[in-house]
Amino acid sequence: MNTDDLVRMLATGVAPADTGATARRYAAAILAGLGAAVLLMAALLGLNPDLARYVSLPMFWVKVGFPALVAVGGVVAAARLSRPGAPLSGLPTALIAPLVALWALAAVALVTAAPGQRTALILGKTWADCPFNIAMLSVPAFIAILWAMKGLAPTRLRLAGAGAGLLAGALGALAYALHCPELAAPFLGVWYVFGMLIPAALGALVGPRVLRW
Amino acid sequence: MSASEERLRALLARGLSGEGAAYHAFLGDLGAHLRAFFRKRLARIPDDVEDLVQETLLAVHNQRHTYDPGQPLTAWVHAIAKYKLVDFLRRRARGDALTDPLDDELEVFAAADTDAAEARRDLAKLLAELPDRQRLPIVHVKVEGLSVSETAQLLGMSEPAVKIGVHRGLKALAAKIRGSS
Repeated sequence: MNTDDLVRMLATGVAPADTGATARRYAAAILAGLGAAVLLMAALLGLNPDLARYVSLPMFWVKVGFPALVAVGGVVAAARLSRPGAPLSGLPTALIAPLVALWALAAVALVTAAPGQRTALILGKTWADCPFNIAMLSVPAFIAILWAMKGLAPTRLRLAGAGAGLLAGALGALAYALHCPELAAPFLGVWYVFGMLIPAALGALVGPRVLRW
Repeated sequence: MSASEERLRALLARGLSGEGAAYHAFLGDLGAHLRAFFRKRLARIPDDVEDLVQETLLAVHNQRHTYDPGQPLTAWVHAIAKYKLVDFLRRRARGDALTDPLDDELEVFAAADTDAAEARRDLAKLLAELPDRQRLPIVHVKVEGLSVSETAQLLGMSEPAVKIGVHRGLKALAAKIRGSS
């Protein structure tokens, strides 16, 4: 088949393009991924029994708000990384700003705490489980978002994989926040971040293989 | 170059809304630009140029839904062409045989070359390897030019199944290209 034949074949009977595909695929992947993470959290870890009291605490909303903001940045990043040639400017700032804000809160908490309390603020009671649980809860979203991305056209596969993983990690952390008993900013600034970076690193690792098109 | 950008962008916009003739003109012109672009980059393996032109045209077609009409067409096409070039070179593991593969100075629309060489890989052969539920819809709709409903009647398939067969078949064809070289 020569190139003219190919062009003729591709142009024959061509249907209007489905330009809403990017938005639809990501909406489906995020809803499915977040829904599955919440169900997994409720089934395997259990909702925080004190949740009703927690919702009146500002730090609870920091704990929910931080992954939510990272997820918003992650959606934009994933969508841009799925479109060939889309500009990436502004993305690093959007992703780092929530982290800087959280670390500023953490610094204030550490500086104002009694010296003997600082380790407890960082380690809490659940530091050993937190990153692993966040990574575990992000697995459904990880798969769903890579599926969404694979149907589009990422051209920088390692970066796209990392972006997909970070978004999945943020969704996992969002679900985990409904179980997690911790309320200290230093804890969140270390272990939530670590937990979200596990799927991001995994995404960077597998991106070049699974996202090829 | 910016004249090409405007012309091709207008053709693609009409093509994306389902105008076959405009889309045909778009792909034809794009093929000439891609040929010139790849010929410069693959000066030492010229026999592979036409295969890469065909692979990239198929990729552009299969991923055409990722073009945002507000975005410069140059940027979109360039990113796809570069991605396909790098992927191709990696597959061939012949990174030493090229000239300047990755510099950004050369734009896809900077030149056009309508002098097509023979492709080494025959897409018709790969097409023949597809399962019937994909191959027959492609043959009737895309090669013979029957409508979706005529094809559905002829094959005893539903119309959505015909559309899905065409869509998945062209994606499968692209996957076969990646696997075959």
